[in-house]
Amino acid sequence: MKSRLRFTLQLGFTLLVCLFMIVPVAMSVMAGLTENYFVGLQSGLTLRWVNEVWQLYADTIWLSIKLALACLLITTLIGVPAAYGLLRSRRRWANAIEELLLLPVAVPGLATALALLLVYGSYREFRGSWLFILIGHVLFTLPFMVRAVLSVMQTAKLPQLEEAAASLGASFRQRFFGVVIPNCMSGILAGALMVVTLSIGEFNITWMLHTPLTKTLPVGLADSYASMRLEVGSAYTLIFLVMVVPLLVAIQWAGRLTEQRH
Amino acid sequence: MSSSVSITLNQCSRTFAGGNTALQPLDLQVNAGETLVLLGPSGCGKTTTLRIISGLESPDQGGQVLFGERDITALPIEKRDVGMVFQNYALFPNMSVADNIAYGLKIQRLPRAEIAQRLDEVMHMVDLQGFGERRIDALSGGQKQRVALARAIAVRPKVLLFDEPLAALDAKLRDRLRIEIGQLLRKLGTTAVYVTHDQDEAMALGDRIAVMQAGRIAQLGTPQEIYHQPANAFVADFIGAVNCLEVIGTRADGGLIMHGGELIANHLQGVTTVYCRPEDIQVVPLSQADIKGKVVQSIFLGQTQRLMVDTGGASPLKIEAPSRQRWPNGTAIGLALPSSVLFHPDKPTAPVNAKEMANG
Repeated sequence: MKSRLRFTLQLGFTLLVCLFMIVPVAMSVMAGLTENYFVGLQSGLTLRWVNEVWQLYADTIWLSIKLALACLLITTLIGVPAAYGLLRSRRRWANAIEELLLLPVAVPGLATALALLLVYGSYREFRGSWLFILIGHVLFTLPFMVRAVLSVMQTAKLPQLEEAAASLGASFRQRFFGVVIPNCMSGILAGALMVVTLSIGEFNITWMLHTPLTKTLPVGLADSYASMRLEVGSAYTLIFLVMVVPLLVAIQWAGRLTEQRH
Repeated sequence: MSSSVSITLNQCSRTFAGGNTALQPLDLQVNAGETLVLLGPSGCGKTTTLRIISGLESPDQGGQVLFGERDITALPIEKRDVGMVFQNYALFPNMSVADNIAYGLKIQRLPRAEIAQRLDEVMHMVDLQGFGERRIDALSGGQKQRVALARAIAVRPKVLLFDEPLAALDAKLRDRLRIEIGQLLRKLGTTAVYVTHDQDEAMALGDRIAVMQAGRIAQLGTPQEIYHQPANAFVADFIGAVNCLEVIGTRADGGLIMHGGELIANHLQGVTTVYCRPEDIQVVPLSQADIKGKVVQSIFLGQTQRLMVDTGGASPLKIEAPSRQRWPNGTAIGLALPSSVLFHPDKPTAPVNAKEMANG
């Protein structure tokens, strides 16, 4: 009886916390779909605001997707070999480099952005292009890719698999693509989803680095909150959620996939 | 199958970063078609030796590895044409059984038909027919090691290398696979080097055994030589159990005075210790005993029992006795140690006919 009561209390508390976090999100989504937020739901539901956002900010959404994919490509091309290098190198300085890799995560995004501006800000062509933001995103997301891949590599007994492949006549290239990559695929997948999600949602660095012509989705969101009707900002949030939630679910799924294999 | 090749190591030593010497300069010759077992406790350098032969490690400056007449010291493992079986199987978890076995064949870019035919052949050899499509993690330990074995022999290597392949398996399975590996090696006739710390495995598989200790070869010989004529106390003790009896005096007629009695051993003149195996000591009536003592402990082993007999020396004698008889602690017991079973590393063993008489 006592345990039943405790369970009920715990369940109630959990639900309360969930509500506390979910209600604002739901309210925001609703606000984006109602005719007039101040009148309330009786003013009717509409896709007008979503439509308006799409017309005003579609290019920020496309830019965000482009950035995320480019960022993914680069972090994969750099991150996977980097993780492999860390795995194979002697422990002492490999640890130091692992710590260094975490630095961009620990340093506030604004500081990273400021540093980039100080160094590259004077190259006007570059400064105005989306590639400038891409650099910031790669700096920020690369550690997540390296970490995810490295942790899978460490549990996959790769050195032994490589020795076996080598004994069968496989060259380094054949071993890397035939044995190393397939056996840390779950790590690459987890890292990739992480990178895409972080890149799409990144605000701090992007806000400092953007120009009026290179606005990403979160920057556009801030912009719309500051200068538009509340309904427009909320409709924007809705679009953002539609993009990001599936990615978050996929991250969970990839994480479970990794656990199952080991 | 592929023509077998001899292996020669010239002055191969290995020093690790930090000055740790895993291997003292070593000369070793493995004859073509022979199975050589490297046997020793952990840290004795046996795995390092194997890795130098395989090409996974390089010997220190001045060391030389030859396959046949060819110096391959500078070649990496993938160019050496070896097949290797690892303790932890090292199978590719992302591939099926068949893909694992065919991996080396695909690397060699053999025609599809030939790959299929060889796959069939080796899977038959290791008794894995019908397992081709299985996933690696759906296999038992014994099956995994068969796959690893098949994968290594599929490429028809010049040299087969085994790094404690059975150490991760349970006792029953180990015995079975040991027999199968032995049969396979005889059938293939490939030169093989087999690393183990298990003396039974070494005896069963090795044409010759190299017992290693602290980075050196303590003794190299046939299993019979190693067992009956150990080169030193370490080898005698590492291979099977051994008793070391202290000689406390010599009689005028050459008899050796021991704790608890006297022994005749004309081939062991001038020694201060005498060795013998527990199973060579016979329990006899006290009146016919060479040495007498008291049972201080008996350990039941199933097929035999091990008695510890105190004869007054520093440590009790280990002897093997029939399993059905009982010797309560404190029982006086008589032991016969014919001269044919006594040995000393520095002396030749007793003549063979004498041994036959003693056994007959």
